[in-house]
Amino acid sequence: MIHVQNLTKYYHDLCAVDQINLDIQKGEIMGLLGPNGAGKTTTLRMLTGFLRPTSGNIRVKDYTIDKDALEIKKLLGYLPESAPLYHDMLAYDYLEYVANIRELDREQKRSRIRHLANLCGLNEVMHQPIGELSKGFKQRVGLAQAMMSDPEILVMDEPTSGLDPNQIVEIRDIIRQIGKEKTIIISTHILSEAEATCDRIVIISQGKIVADGSTETLKQSSRGEYLVGISLQNARFDSVKKELHSIDGIVEIALVNTEQAGEENILHVKLTCQASKDLRGAIYGKIKETEWILLELRQETKTLETIFRDLTKEN
Amino acid sequence: MRQVRHIFKKEFTSYFISPIAYIVISIFLLVTGWFFFTTFFLYGQANLRNFFGMLPIIFSFVVPAITMRLFSEELNVGSYETLLTMPVTFGDVVLGKFLAAVAFIAAMLVPTLTYPITVSFLGELDWGPVAGGYLGAVLLGATFSAIGLFASSLTRNQIIAFIIGVTICFSLTLIDKMLFFLPQSLVGFMEYLGADFHFENISKGILDSRDIVYFVSVSFVGLYAAHLAMQERT
Repeated sequence: MIHVQNLTKYYHDLCAVDQINLDIQKGEIMGLLGPNGAGKTTTLRMLTGFLRPTSGNIRVKDYTIDKDALEIKKLLGYLPESAPLYHDMLAYDYLEYVANIRELDREQKRSRIRHLANLCGLNEVMHQPIGELSKGFKQRVGLAQAMMSDPEILVMDEPTSGLDPNQIVEIRDIIRQIGKEKTIIISTHILSEAEATCDRIVIISQGKIVADGSTETLKQSSRGEYLVGISLQNARFDSVKKELHSIDGIVEIALVNTEQAGEENILHVKLTCQASKDLRGAIYGKIKETEWILLELRQETKTLETIFRDLTKEN
Repeated sequence: MRQVRHIFKKEFTSYFISPIAYIVISIFLLVTGWFFFTTFFLYGQANLRNFFGMLPIIFSFVVPAITMRLFSEELNVGSYETLLTMPVTFGDVVLGKFLAAVAFIAAMLVPTLTYPITVSFLGELDWGPVAGGYLGAVLLGATFSAIGLFASSLTRNQIIAFIIGVTICFSLTLIDKMLFFLPQSLVGFMEYLGADFHFENISKGILDSRDIVYFVSVSFVGLYAAHLAMQERT
């Protein structure tokens, strides 16, 4: 559906997006993640034809962005960050204006605006100036605007930023509902949001793609490592470190904290293990040989958050 | 091209949604009415030469005030991003906004038709120069709108857009009054650049193609510059 090749954007000397390659399939909900200033918005702006790429190519269906930008814009609906709209217009007038520019005919226009008002919960604010609406309602007007022509591709830049938790849930529901038939690209820096709504996650950092895959594959493939947490009584950290270090496959041993329980100390230790084999048996065997009392042993999967931090920090 | 119509309609109606339009129109009518009628009875001549004579100076302040928000506001709010990701071209946007400004100026001139009507009761009014004057006023308004639109496309600050617009329009108005500074060889050229010079010809009722070409070409340059300035932002 969307084919991005070596996409690069410079702002003067600053490289915002660096040689990005992406293929987005029809019906996918893709989440674009990254820290602030990673190039998310710039990438989306180029995809929607608002910014011209410095180099590289974007193809949507059979259209290329430099030749058929107008055709691509017809296929796309775009909700920019913090939904910039005309503040002095009434919500209804604005939606009608968008419908006109999107070339809906009279009949379609009326039914489409009514449908979107219902879908986005706009009925009670249709005759208020946009500038007087709350942030959540502005966002919804923006969403309705983006969906006006029933576009095949919907691009949203931080659709839930600045909304309260209830509104976030509502907007997510809307996204998931329309995501059944449409291709959706959203950018966000809220990880739980990406996890909750997206089929596929692309993490970018400093203009480069550092990870690309479903949440599941991202979690599994993260550097081929997993974590084991153990809690020990009657042990000292330096001896624990010495003993467990002899197990082949443990990459790192770290002390999380110590806890005072009566006269005894409880050590909470985190072991980073290579994913190639399950080391839990070997760890237990080792502990059995000592005087330590094993209170807890659990395998932890890396959360998206740790993956995100790992990937975006080292660059 | 159909998009031009929708953008025009939206911009034109939004002039009348905000109070700015009414304020600008009131000030314009107040100023022109005052200056025209305070001297009118001293001259005792049934013509509108005075009214049209001061129009270029008044327009060079009023028109930039009308056009200053057209792009600056969009840049400031960011709505420009939504606008340009809809299926419209730069040309549609520039032309739609320009025509809205021209239509607003025409609407602003309509109440001043009471001046010639009043005058025609007081004496023998020659309607030829009046018609020429109004045609010239619309052409002058269009030219200044194009310049104002360009100024507005340069900045997200409406006040700066206004000042840039006034500076250019005011210079074009005054340029033919400053010619005594210049060597003889340049006078003809600089005179041709002056908006006032061409407007005077038309408001005398003389329709010369050179004047019309001047207004059309300056408008075109202004609009094209606005077009380029907008394109540069993407």
